[in-house]
Amino acid sequence: MSQPDTNPKSSAALVQSRRNALRSYLSAYGFMAPAGVLVIIFFLIPVAIVLYLSVTNLASSNFTSDLAKMEFIGLKNYRTLFNDQFARKIFFNTIFYVLVTLSIFNVGLALIVSLLTTHIDRGAGFVFRALWILPRITSPVVYILIWKRMSAEAPFGILNQINEALGQPTFNYLSTNPWVFVVVVNGFIGVSFGMIIFTSAIESIPKDLLNASLVDGSSRMQRIRYVILPLIRWPLLFVVTYQTLSLLTSFVEIQLLTDGGPGLYRTEVWSLTAYHRALSNYFGNAQWGYGSAFAVLLVMIGVVLAVIYMRVFRFDELIAEPRVEAL
Amino acid sequence: MEIRIDNLTKKFGDVVGVEDLTLHIDDGEFVAFLGPSGCGKTTTLLTLAGIYKPTEGLIRFGDRVVNTVQPKDRNIGMVFQSYALYPHMTIFQNIAYPLKLKKTPKKAQNEQVRQVANVMGIGELLDRRPGQLSGGQQQRVALGRALVKEPDVLLFDEPLSNLDARLRLTMRGEIKHLQKNLGITSIYVTHDQVEAMTMADRIAVMNLGQLQAFDAPDELYDRPKTLFVAGFVGNPPMNFIDVDVSQSNGQCVAAADSIQLPVGKERGEPPAGYAGTVVMGIRPEDITIADDGNVNGEIFLVEPLGREDLIDVRVGPHSFILLADTDKQHRAGERVALKFDMTQAQFFDPQTERSLLWN
Repeated sequence: MSQPDTNPKSSAALVQSRRNALRSYLSAYGFMAPAGVLVIIFFLIPVAIVLYLSVTNLASSNFTSDLAKMEFIGLKNYRTLFNDQFARKIFFNTIFYVLVTLSIFNVGLALIVSLLTTHIDRGAGFVFRALWILPRITSPVVYILIWKRMSAEAPFGILNQINEALGQPTFNYLSTNPWVFVVVVNGFIGVSFGMIIFTSAIESIPKDLLNASLVDGSSRMQRIRYVILPLIRWPLLFVVTYQTLSLLTSFVEIQLLTDGGPGLYRTEVWSLTAYHRALSNYFGNAQWGYGSAFAVLLVMIGVVLAVIYMRVFRFDELIAEPRVEAL
Repeated sequence: MEIRIDNLTKKFGDVVGVEDLTLHIDDGEFVAFLGPSGCGKTTTLLTLAGIYKPTEGLIRFGDRVVNTVQPKDRNIGMVFQSYALYPHMTIFQNIAYPLKLKKTPKKAQNEQVRQVANVMGIGELLDRRPGQLSGGQQQRVALGRALVKEPDVLLFDEPLSNLDARLRLTMRGEIKHLQKNLGITSIYVTHDQVEAMTMADRIAVMNLGQLQAFDAPDELYDRPKTLFVAGFVGNPPMNFIDVDVSQSNGQCVAAADSIQLPVGKERGEPPAGYAGTVVMGIRPEDITIADDGNVNGEIFLVEPLGREDLIDVRVGPHSFILLADTDKQHRAGERVALKFDMTQAQFFDPQTERSLLWN
């Protein structure tokens, strides 16, 4: 304090109020601490490690667990990556996969399913939606096994058995149309997320508003266009954002179904490449450093997209304080 | 537009919303559906709007049977308790919405919206959104939206229930005035009997999905056909007491314990002819505290209402609510004599709950 305090009473009060401020400050952080610790341990520290690995040439051949002994090679991994003749293909594969799956299934079909199931009998709608959740709660391995059985070559595959029964030619679907299956398999899982969010959003629209639209002269389709869709704009944007990011990083189903094939990287996506390079190289030579470079770029793309989404869609408005209505 | 409802029944699974309702509403008439929550009045309104399809019965708008006609093809306007304005549209867009759906040209839309907005006194608010308006303003917008397409029928679903008391009074007058000017057949659902009495040409009183009475307000008040109507219409409510009515030498007397009330022949004979105890109803304003009263009781409670006092008088096991001048300064515990105006007494069959006087 620059001046000696002459009033002991106010000084005591000042100390007291500061103590209170400090206490509320500490309790706020106290409440956030458990989540904060988890984020630090399971996200920030791994990201830091991956960042560090991406500037080393750590691989099976020179493996060490001692961070200090790893060989620092600067941005060499990134240079290799940008000169990698397949990186470009994989990059566009990823964009294709995310955009198509997102628009057709995770948002498009999710919207259609929730609109349909909220316009039919409540119980039937519920059963229908419950069925749509099955792909998500089934273990990926089991789920992919089902699809492999469906798409397998004749005489095993279910689809091909149907083809045979109808006298149609048979196909090796996973090699002739791998993208169709990659998108559909992921899409069927992806639908349920948007479906749940959209359904609850549609059901929370006041009944009076929906009735008012009909009385005002709208058909049911016009009501969807002019009233329902505008009113679920925020959930829609949220699902777009969230599902973009989650599709960017998902690869388990693709790995199990096609493992990026057939041939060279036909259905390989970025996150799967990071896994292949770092942990599952064909030649048993896991390139942790190089794979980390892929992972780092993916994290960067994700963060940039997240920031853009938050800006463009103004997510801060979602949590704006409600206006108190004056009469 | 004349509306004829014949034997309308609406069921939701096993739950009966409305049962066997028959109601004919004249062109340009203002009808109120009055009843407690769950009586089926809103169900009937939504069935008229076409939101619900009737389980049985016929609804006719004019000569057209509208049972399966979509809401959009009925040309109705509706005002909701919650206003039901579209929050993502401006006030202009809200009012213009029915016109837009009718594919009215932009220029005509603009003119019609502004005209309605000026009538409703919301001309300056057209660029705002519903969230920025007060409850009263929102209800004006909702009314404007219902009126802009020049509907054949106006439906009101408790439109004033969310407003504060003073505003409710003003809007009540405005709606009635507007309805009379425009001459649009209107149905007004409310649980507030004052609203129904003051606004409606005729009131349909409903209870438990059934029509109890359909009459002009005065008629309902003076000649209630059922016990429910007698008890529901009027504030403070009618007093009820079980009495035995006997007739000797041309003089009828209603008796309960120590209470002996002579009744004129006109009102006394029907209950006297009934074998057993009947329910007598008498309105608070028909009981007075008077020195020459023939029923002695004790004041149990005095509730000052400003203009008058609401007084609860106990006579033996019976309790009577009545109104008295504030300047009499009645106090609880005071012993008083009551005088009953038996020319206004009502008598009901306790089994069927129907009036013994009017049918």
